[in-house]
Amino acid sequence: MRDFSYTQAGSVGAAVKAHAQGQDAAYIAGGTTLLDLAKLEVMRPGHLVDVRKTGLDQVERTSDGRLRIGTNVTNTDLAYHPLVQEHYPVLSEAILAGAATGIRNKATTGGNIMQRCRCSYFRDNVSPCNKREPGSGCSAIGGKSRAVFAVLGVSDHCIVAHPSDMCVAMAAIGGYVTVNGPQGERDIDFLDFHLLPGDTPAQEHALEPGEMITHVTLDAPLQGAGSHYLKLRDRASYQFALASAGVIVATDGNTIRDARIALGGVGTKPWRAADAEKALIGQPASEDTFARVAEIAFKGARPTESNAFKVPLGKQAIVRALTTVTGPQAS
Amino acid sequence: MSQSIIGAAKPRVDGPAKLSGQARYAADHFPANMAYAYGVFSTIAAGKIASIDVSKARQQPGVIEIFHHGNFPHLHRSPSSFASQTKVDETRLPFEDDTIYYGGQFVALVVADTFENARDAAHYVDVQYTPSEPVTSLSQALQKNGSKPSEKNQHERGNPDGAYQSAPHKIEATYTTPVETHNPMEMHATTASWNDGDLTFYEASQGVVFAKNTIAAIFGINPARIDARSPYIGSGFGSKLWIWPHAVCATAASRELGRPVQLMVPRHQMFTTTGHRPATQQKLRLATDDDGKLVSISHDSVNSTSFVNRYVETCGVCTSSLYGCDNVRVTEGTAQVNQGTPTSMRAPGAAPGLFALESAIDEMAEALNMDPLAFRKKNYTERDGSQDKPFSSIHLMEAYDRGAEKFGWSKRDPEIGSMRNGTEILGWGMAACNWDALRQSSHARVALRADGRAMVSCATQDIGTGTYTIIAQTVADITGLPLDRIDVEIGDSAYPSGPISGGSWASASALPAVQNAARKAVDQLKGFATQDGATYADASTDKLSFDNGTLSLEGGESTDYTAVLKGQRLAEAFGEAYTGGDEKKDGYSYRSFGAHFVEIGWDPGISRLRVHRVVSAIDVGQIVNEKTATNQVEGAIEMGIGMALFEATEYDHRSGMPVNNNYAEYVVPTHADSPESIDVVLLDYPDYKLNELGVRGIGEIGITGMAAAVANAVYHATGKRVRDLPIRIEDLMRT
Repeated sequence: MRDFSYTQAGSVGAAVKAHAQGQDAAYIAGGTTLLDLAKLEVMRPGHLVDVRKTGLDQVERTSDGRLRIGTNVTNTDLAYHPLVQEHYPVLSEAILAGAATGIRNKATTGGNIMQRCRCSYFRDNVSPCNKREPGSGCSAIGGKSRAVFAVLGVSDHCIVAHPSDMCVAMAAIGGYVTVNGPQGERDIDFLDFHLLPGDTPAQEHALEPGEMITHVTLDAPLQGAGSHYLKLRDRASYQFALASAGVIVATDGNTIRDARIALGGVGTKPWRAADAEKALIGQPASEDTFARVAEIAFKGARPTESNAFKVPLGKQAIVRALTTVTGPQAS
Repeated sequence: MSQSIIGAAKPRVDGPAKLSGQARYAADHFPANMAYAYGVFSTIAAGKIASIDVSKARQQPGVIEIFHHGNFPHLHRSPSSFASQTKVDETRLPFEDDTIYYGGQFVALVVADTFENARDAAHYVDVQYTPSEPVTSLSQALQKNGSKPSEKNQHERGNPDGAYQSAPHKIEATYTTPVETHNPMEMHATTASWNDGDLTFYEASQGVVFAKNTIAAIFGINPARIDARSPYIGSGFGSKLWIWPHAVCATAASRELGRPVQLMVPRHQMFTTTGHRPATQQKLRLATDDDGKLVSISHDSVNSTSFVNRYVETCGVCTSSLYGCDNVRVTEGTAQVNQGTPTSMRAPGAAPGLFALESAIDEMAEALNMDPLAFRKKNYTERDGSQDKPFSSIHLMEAYDRGAEKFGWSKRDPEIGSMRNGTEILGWGMAACNWDALRQSSHARVALRADGRAMVSCATQDIGTGTYTIIAQTVADITGLPLDRIDVEIGDSAYPSGPISGGSWASASALPAVQNAARKAVDQLKGFATQDGATYADASTDKLSFDNGTLSLEGGESTDYTAVLKGQRLAEAFGEAYTGGDEKKDGYSYRSFGAHFVEIGWDPGISRLRVHRVVSAIDVGQIVNEKTATNQVEGAIEMGIGMALFEATEYDHRSGMPVNNNYAEYVVPTHADSPESIDVVLLDYPDYKLNELGVRGIGEIGITGMAAAVANAVYHATGKRVRDLPIRIEDLMRT
């Protein structure tokens, strides 16, 4: 780990200012990604701006029924917040399916959104990696690419999956990320926040230089809907998803009135399966329907030899999650 | 008391120190003026060092010295002999030359004033390589260079090939197991201090006597000038049996710099330079007559080894004796890959070997349309056919029966996929366990002290398994003193020489010596008590008994033993004892036995595989402590589940570098993967032919056969015979 300077900011304004003044500056909250990667010298911040004393630790309902989450709310506090448990159980389930208690106690909402990938070639600081050293190549392509690699949204330059569970639930719920920076405050649609790797995999998100996340605002809950987050992995805990599905479904009798489907472990970003949702609406809640929309969700999947099983596994995650939400009559 | 303390379920006497953080491990020692070393590790798996530029690194804050092959002191190789207690698996010294044999090899060592400064400066050491094409896997090595047969561990009796050819029922299958990394929680570490030519070093070691003698050989000094200490170890699983390069690095740096040096191996390099279980490829051929009696067994295995040293994984170690069969062949061989040198990992040989044998037995039973348990019982033997000797003590039949009864094996429907629960298909499988019962020589000293406490010392170790506790129980058994008045001193080579903590032989080796030493201490006490002017002057020692800290004269008075010592101004009565090793084994074959019964659940709708239930019946001789013994088997079952379903060190096939070298991506079972029920049945039949206590060891037996029991259960549920570990969900998803 290289030496760095450190500022603890007391307000968003002070944080943005401190960031602008630092060399190779980075914001830090829980540090569960940044410190890990700094020790490996994969990230080499010159100046850290600690945002944990900027407030931004409240969860509140807005007058129009949305949920506004401060960036410093920890994963644990968010998962167990009464408003989340009552109105967004899929988010609570997703957060609690991730990492382990100790990490969730430190990790924050904004930090979770900003967490970086688990590719071993990215982390080894030696292998060619377009994320770490643009233009050097992607070692995962043609290398070991099983557990933490994507099948949707991949490019010839990067194939790693986005690791977050929380973000999958947020992608299903919908909302926007509020950021603040040298140019002031702006909102970014949650689904536009993370970027596909394309030919610039080092650019992972829509933040402009110097901007920090201040809030995530979730859309009002879908009325009368049930939801479920299903995470599939080799072992029962402490593993990133091989495939996961966060679904929110509202039914009229046995007919799907409205639906949201997002996928984890299989996409290069938190993956909203919009085409699959459309195909679901108006259909009877049955395993046949679910299997059909699962096919649609994985149309265009580009697996490697070693993660090809994620395509059928991801489909299974969708079918079982939808079956769970719509009740046993569907199975 | 003395009748009940052996076998009692006593909590660990070292538990409070560990729970409260008072137990200090190798890297928890901070001698004055200590410097910190950090390694620079090769980022290629094969080739040469073209250049090392340390100029930038030297300018970093706190840097004291940087060692590499150009300036490392000249040392000597260890002769690597078990008899002289200098065994190592990697004889090459760090920085011997500029050749890279494996990824993660030490190429430089930075010493600085703080850990952080040393690690930081290590990143500034600029090493340029001339790489060559690495051999990155066992299969590639076999393809390229073939295998080299091992001369040792070969066994052949009868005519296995002829019997196989002419038999009416036969199977042949090849099984593979991957490289596994021990991953003890505590990182390997050395804290070394020289003082006027004397060395004291704390080492995360499963064998302080071996550590002392090995370092003495490498530094060319008298072992008497070395004190190797390892009072607490955060487990080792075999990776801490012998000295690895980091210990040489730290000790040499400390001597060169004239100040204490500490080196902790970072987690990612515990996948490269501190040993691993090698990859294996094993061909099994079994044949039976029409009655299901085995008439031929052959087990031909090869394993990966390094280009530095040859390590043979003795996969056939159980195959030559577990079943009654007149025609048996076991061969082993090795093939070189560009990886660090392998070493023993919990149940070396037997863990991968019984995965293959016990899977093959299941396949053979199926080919015969026989129940796998009935097939095993049919081929049960009480004689070791490889040595033509009876087993010293075998209760495998009872293990089969009691395990089967507890598990409910009789309710098993043999039809594949026939047993269901909700969305899950249940699979029931079983396998036998088997392990050597070994015994080494040991010394021990027991003192009954005037302050009312007993002190026992022996240069063995507790690797988290309960050795402190069972040594105390053994002294309590002889003296009648309660456990809280017995101080156990182990983990220091200055104590009377004791066994390594490995091979499941520490208990069987150290406890007889401790027992004898305790008796001698009591005898000396009685001698003191009957001296002129003492409490029982002129009485015969035969008429004195000692129990619960009290001396009693037959038909006479009793005295607290401390009064005898205090009355004569004596500090203690003590006894020293030596008990021998394997020489008592003539005429018998000494092994431990058992059986695992496993239920798995496979949910095909979400491709989820979980182990629900395990019953293991274990025949390991006298149980000294029911709690720690059960805990050993339970831990081994968990580790066996990991071996079956998760564990594999993966190497990039182009670079030869390990890619899942951390706790997140090297998958082992979590608490959440623990079966809902683990039921360990300890048969508890003393094996008095092995030693006076009837104790065999229990560290390894529980993992043997476990992976096969899981694989056999998976087959029962899914009809998929997975012969390549670990069993992964994609293996079962294929239609």
